[in-house]
Amino acid sequence: MQRRGALKGLGGLALGSALAGCGRRDDPRGPLHFWAMGREAEVVADLLPAFYARHPGVTVLVQQLPVSAAHEKLLTAYAGDSLPDLCQLGNTWLPEFTALDALEPLDARVAASGVVQREDYFAGILDTNLMATRNGPRLFGLPWYADTRLLFYRTDLLQAAGFARPPQSWAEWTDAMRAITQRGGGQSFGALLPLNEPEPLLAMALQQGALLADDDTRGAFSKPAFRKALDFYSGLFHEGLAPAMNDTQISNVWDEFARGLFTFYITGPWNVGEFRRRLPASMQGRWSTAPLPGPDGPGVSTAGGSSLVLFRRSPRQESAWKLIEFLSEPETMQRFYSLTGDLPPRRAAWRSPVLANDAQAQAFLQQLDRLRASPKIPEWERIVQEMQQTAERVVQRTQSAQAATAQLDAWVDQVLEKRRWLRERAGASR
Amino acid sequence: MSAVARRGVNAVGWTLAAPALVVIAVFFAVPVAAGLALSLTDFDLYALADIATMRFVGLQNYTRLLQTPLFWQALGNTFYFVVVGVPVSIGLSLAAALLLNARVAKWQPFFRTALFAPVVTTVVAVAVIWRYLLHTRYGLINQGFAAIGISPIDWLGNPHWSMPAIILFSAWKNFGYNMVILLAALQAVPRELYESARVDGAGPFRQFVDLTFPMLTPTLVMVGIMTISGYFQLFAEPYVMTQGGPLRSTVSVLYFMYEEGFRWWNLGNASAVAFLLFVVIFSVSWVLLRFDRDPTGATA
Repeated sequence: MQRRGALKGLGGLALGSALAGCGRRDDPRGPLHFWAMGREAEVVADLLPAFYARHPGVTVLVQQLPVSAAHEKLLTAYAGDSLPDLCQLGNTWLPEFTALDALEPLDARVAASGVVQREDYFAGILDTNLMATRNGPRLFGLPWYADTRLLFYRTDLLQAAGFARPPQSWAEWTDAMRAITQRGGGQSFGALLPLNEPEPLLAMALQQGALLADDDTRGAFSKPAFRKALDFYSGLFHEGLAPAMNDTQISNVWDEFARGLFTFYITGPWNVGEFRRRLPASMQGRWSTAPLPGPDGPGVSTAGGSSLVLFRRSPRQESAWKLIEFLSEPETMQRFYSLTGDLPPRRAAWRSPVLANDAQAQAFLQQLDRLRASPKIPEWERIVQEMQQTAERVVQRTQSAQAATAQLDAWVDQVLEKRRWLRERAGASR
Repeated sequence: MSAVARRGVNAVGWTLAAPALVVIAVFFAVPVAAGLALSLTDFDLYALADIATMRFVGLQNYTRLLQTPLFWQALGNTFYFVVVGVPVSIGLSLAAALLLNARVAKWQPFFRTALFAPVVTTVVAVAVIWRYLLHTRYGLINQGFAAIGISPIDWLGNPHWSMPAIILFSAWKNFGYNMVILLAALQAVPRELYESARVDGAGPFRQFVDLTFPMLTPTLVMVGIMTISGYFQLFAEPYVMTQGGPLRSTVSVLYFMYEEGFRWWNLGNASAVAFLLFVVIFSVSWVLLRFDRDPTGATA
């Protein structure tokens, strides 16, 4: 500890007065501490010069967290009271940090802002940032980019099987997959749904209805809504339309996609760039994207992505909010898209010619109007993993759907016991 | 000795022992007591936000853990790692020590250093290199196999091969340490005993079984206990190489505890896991120590 302090002192001396007092976390005029993750953290530096030009008095220290360790690091920082001023936070982590009362509500700042317009955000993605509080729902983060899952497919193989346009409903989709699998004669499958990824099943389940019951304090996985989704999902494997494989068993999805092992692949926006880069030139023009089919017509999909949040205990909230506003401007989001391929969560940003003329991105634009948030509770990430493992057992036929979902519900009820107790306690004290 | 003098001696003794006792109390007794207390509560994310929501739950964490399939799987994986890994590791150490101790061995200091080198490397750094070695398509190990006509093995992606791969890596990483201890024990065996064994007509095999091995037993028991308790605490290898996968085949008890504690922040549960693991390690070590008290009189 002492040595770190001494190093900081030395650094301060070397850098002179510009950074003096950089070690003092409670100085309202000190530099902003901004934690970001992965690729996003790398490109933030490219966006900052435009911000400095407008706000010469503010310095930003970006710290890059590895995605795999970010969650632990943030929780540990909370426990040790050393959180930054603002942070990139996966929107599935927001419930957790709201439960910890670590985040600052943004409603008033958004209402007063000339830059951030609430209605301009896609409703499904904004909703993941709305958390119930004692005084009604409050906005605890602003979406930075949106992430969702939809269909990537081989246009040539779909046409060869006799379908002119991508499927819109589960029935159409099943028909197409059957035709493709039959044509393949055992060499190819209708779809690839990697067994270790929960998102495809989660999207199908969100299309059907609620996953939790009783004010998010009990599981609803053995109820008809989830059972329909699970039956459809496991049916794809049991009928041989999708291979029962996980990511590691398919060593290279792009190679296999180009070879035609599967025609449909449910995946996310980052793969648009990957497909363009990794598929051979002969394959370009023979694949596209389409919104996710639903039970009857186009369906909803998962509402993922990252948000920008302000921490409640930050002494520099005013300048941190200026940075959030800057990063939320449509022009900044467009730059950010061209640097990362991350989808803008604001409609205004989609008006850029780059996005408007991109056929493969347009499918995402349609999907962004049809997103549904997962249950907003801290335990959700754990529950969704258990959900996928349950589904895997059903797919592998080691357990019946009925027994598996009943077991899952019992486990979820046990995990959420504390939430029921907290709710009763809050009810008693009111 | 008079009572006063004895008290004086006692006071001196306590004074001399005090620094060590204080360190043990602060860094061992207090954390262990706190951990035990924590394991009887449901300390979690909500309690982190508001300590008033922490509840005393008695032994509920323990009873629930014993009903958690993943805990049993983690325990099974850990036992697999210990039961296979410890003999492999000690066998390698013993073989290397015997080779180094052989009279014909040349360049002994060089080999001793070379074989000890993996011990002083960082797990994380060498794990990265081993991931290259174990790579299904480009790994050196599979390329070696291909040269002798064995089809490639998906070491870290196949649930049947992931644990053997981890064992292989750990054995390579750890055998040097035990090798040095066993080598010292081998060199302490008086040469005259071998001479008389030879006079009695014992060949190399009889010499090993009836002379070397009994002389090594106390050291082997000590090495065994240390290796077993170390191997029960398997964590870094799966954390760096497989993240507990594929299909949870490399989730060890400690990895399970880490996930409970630092991923899901159920510190009450994680503390309970730690105590259960302590009980397991303690019982196994105790059984091993009983082994050592055999009628021939050899002691550790």
